[in-house]
Amino acid sequence: MKLSRIIGLLMFFTVIVIYGISPVYPQVNEDITAEDIVEAEPLHQTDIEQKLIKPCTIIKVQDKPDDGGKAIEIFWEDPESERQSLKGYEIMRGKSPEGPFESVTVLAPKTFNYTDIVDENHVEYFYKIRKTFKQGYIDSRISDKAIALPQWFDKRYISVLIFTIIYIFACVFFIITSIKGKEYYVRPIAGISAVDEAIGRATEMGKPILFLNGLGTATEPSTLASFAILGRVAKKTAEYKIRLINPQYEPIVMSVAQDVVKNAYTEAGHPDAYDEKDVFFITHDQFSFTAAVNGIMLRDKPATNFYMGMFYAESLLLAETGAYAGSIQIAGTDQILQIPFFVTACDYTLIGEELYAASAYLSREPKLLGTLKGQDLGKLIAAILLIIGTINITIAHWFDIPWLDFLKNFLDTGN
Amino acid sequence: MKQIFHLTLPLLITFLLSLFFAFQFFVPHESIRDTYTYLLQCTMIIGCFAMLLGIYSLVRVHFIRIKRRAQNYKYSYMTITALTLTIIVGLFGSIEKGPALEGHMYYFIYNTVLIPIQATMFSLLAFFIASAAYRAFRARSLVATVLLLTAVFVMIGRVPIGGQIHEFLPAFAHWLLNVPNLAAKRAIMIGIGLGASATALKVALGIERSHFGG
Repeated sequence: MKLSRIIGLLMFFTVIVIYGISPVYPQVNEDITAEDIVEAEPLHQTDIEQKLIKPCTIIKVQDKPDDGGKAIEIFWEDPESERQSLKGYEIMRGKSPEGPFESVTVLAPKTFNYTDIVDENHVEYFYKIRKTFKQGYIDSRISDKAIALPQWFDKRYISVLIFTIIYIFACVFFIITSIKGKEYYVRPIAGISAVDEAIGRATEMGKPILFLNGLGTATEPSTLASFAILGRVAKKTAEYKIRLINPQYEPIVMSVAQDVVKNAYTEAGHPDAYDEKDVFFITHDQFSFTAAVNGIMLRDKPATNFYMGMFYAESLLLAETGAYAGSIQIAGTDQILQIPFFVTACDYTLIGEELYAASAYLSREPKLLGTLKGQDLGKLIAAILLIIGTINITIAHWFDIPWLDFLKNFLDTGN
Repeated sequence: MKQIFHLTLPLLITFLLSLFFAFQFFVPHESIRDTYTYLLQCTMIIGCFAMLLGIYSLVRVHFIRIKRRAQNYKYSYMTITALTLTIIVGLFGSIEKGPALEGHMYYFIYNTVLIPIQATMFSLLAFFIASAAYRAFRARSLVATVLLLTAVFVMIGRVPIGGQIHEFLPAFAHWLLNVPNLAAKRAIMIGIGLGASATALKVALGIERSHFGG
């Protein structure tokens, strides 16, 4: 069995075992309005003196870590959080311990932390928690000062940074070794191998080829990958003198696609065969675009349809119409929800990463093939981390050993 | 000189901006955030101006079709007329903020012409899903039969009658969707993430240059 298949199976079964733990977020008490709070009166001094009612205790006020600034975290505890008459906690903020304090928000009972968004960094802020009852309210003592500060590094992403550095070095290493002459095996991908067959069919039938770059912008990686495939297809259509129709949803993508096709025709030695009006803009509206492309499919009956890039709900509308028109269809997308539709309605489908591998596969350039090996190494690391993480979490929860959660904590928070 | 402006400079700008966008992910500082937001706004402005290119392309293609009396050229009249009318109404109609906008001619066109057309197209999806499902769920092999049975369990388990037939069905459908199905989806997503990163790296390093026109 191939290594990639083993990795795939390991990842599949490991992810099955993993179950996430949903975090709990503080909720704003929507039952309490600002009017309720304004109407509330201070509680009787005698109640407080007799310790019938206890105020909240502010445990900590601090600058929110790993953020862009202007945020302060407040943590408190309340010994009477179960009291029936408790309506909520009002967060009060001031720029001096003497006040004045202004109301920031009102939170539901049993909430014990809040992140306050302040106006300025490097300014001292003081807080108190106003605990509100049906009968009135009682204030906590005033907190220590807290200053909001912006940070230069988000520690939560340290694991991402480490993985990114390893991944980049791996890709660069494989690119260099590939340029030096080392040959890497690339498994056959049916969808990409079928490109030549599909173009040949169009040549025999004397019908055009339809190529769609999807609904993504030129900044999406999948759209960039689709340009590489468009270039190869355009070169072949220029060689075989077949018409290539490339309707566009996005003006910038259209502009880039025109350049890609024009250059492909020039490289093929047929610059005069390029017709700019075959790479044209239709509309920036999803279903109007779909209607127009469906019309082209039914009127021009292209021999082959390529769907490469980002597709949404229109994927099945397009692919089913193409199947009805009798075209050979090759699709490639990184949109998980659309993959089943393409698999069902198209002859060949590039699933997820295969779309990104297509340019390397078609060109066989060493520099591009090297990155494929880098991707494989990335998958191997991900699979190993998944397995170790699963074992870690499983043992930690079965035997109640919290420190064994270290890998999950490190990946989640960087600590 | 042509080489510098057509290749070297774009590659250099791509590399520097790629570095910045990768860097900003790890830096929450407001100065970096503000620069990031500014650059995103620039992209939006460029996108708006690019729309002019799109309109030019659309008008050009349809004028050529009309001029050459190409097949179905009458549809091109419709496109040009609809485009011109919508632009005129949008530009010269009295647009006011607030509720007055609701009664504006531009919104009348939008609500009574475009939205029903979009809804019609989207509704077709129901019929296409039925025909695609028929093809996908034919039990021609063992794997296809497993797919068919899975689909039947999920469909019955997700509707109220499923729970009435047996309480196990909704739980089983839930398990199928949230465990094996989600595991497969996540495996694909990991591959997509790595593939997208590799593509981004190739673009940043100038290895992948197809977006420069080949």
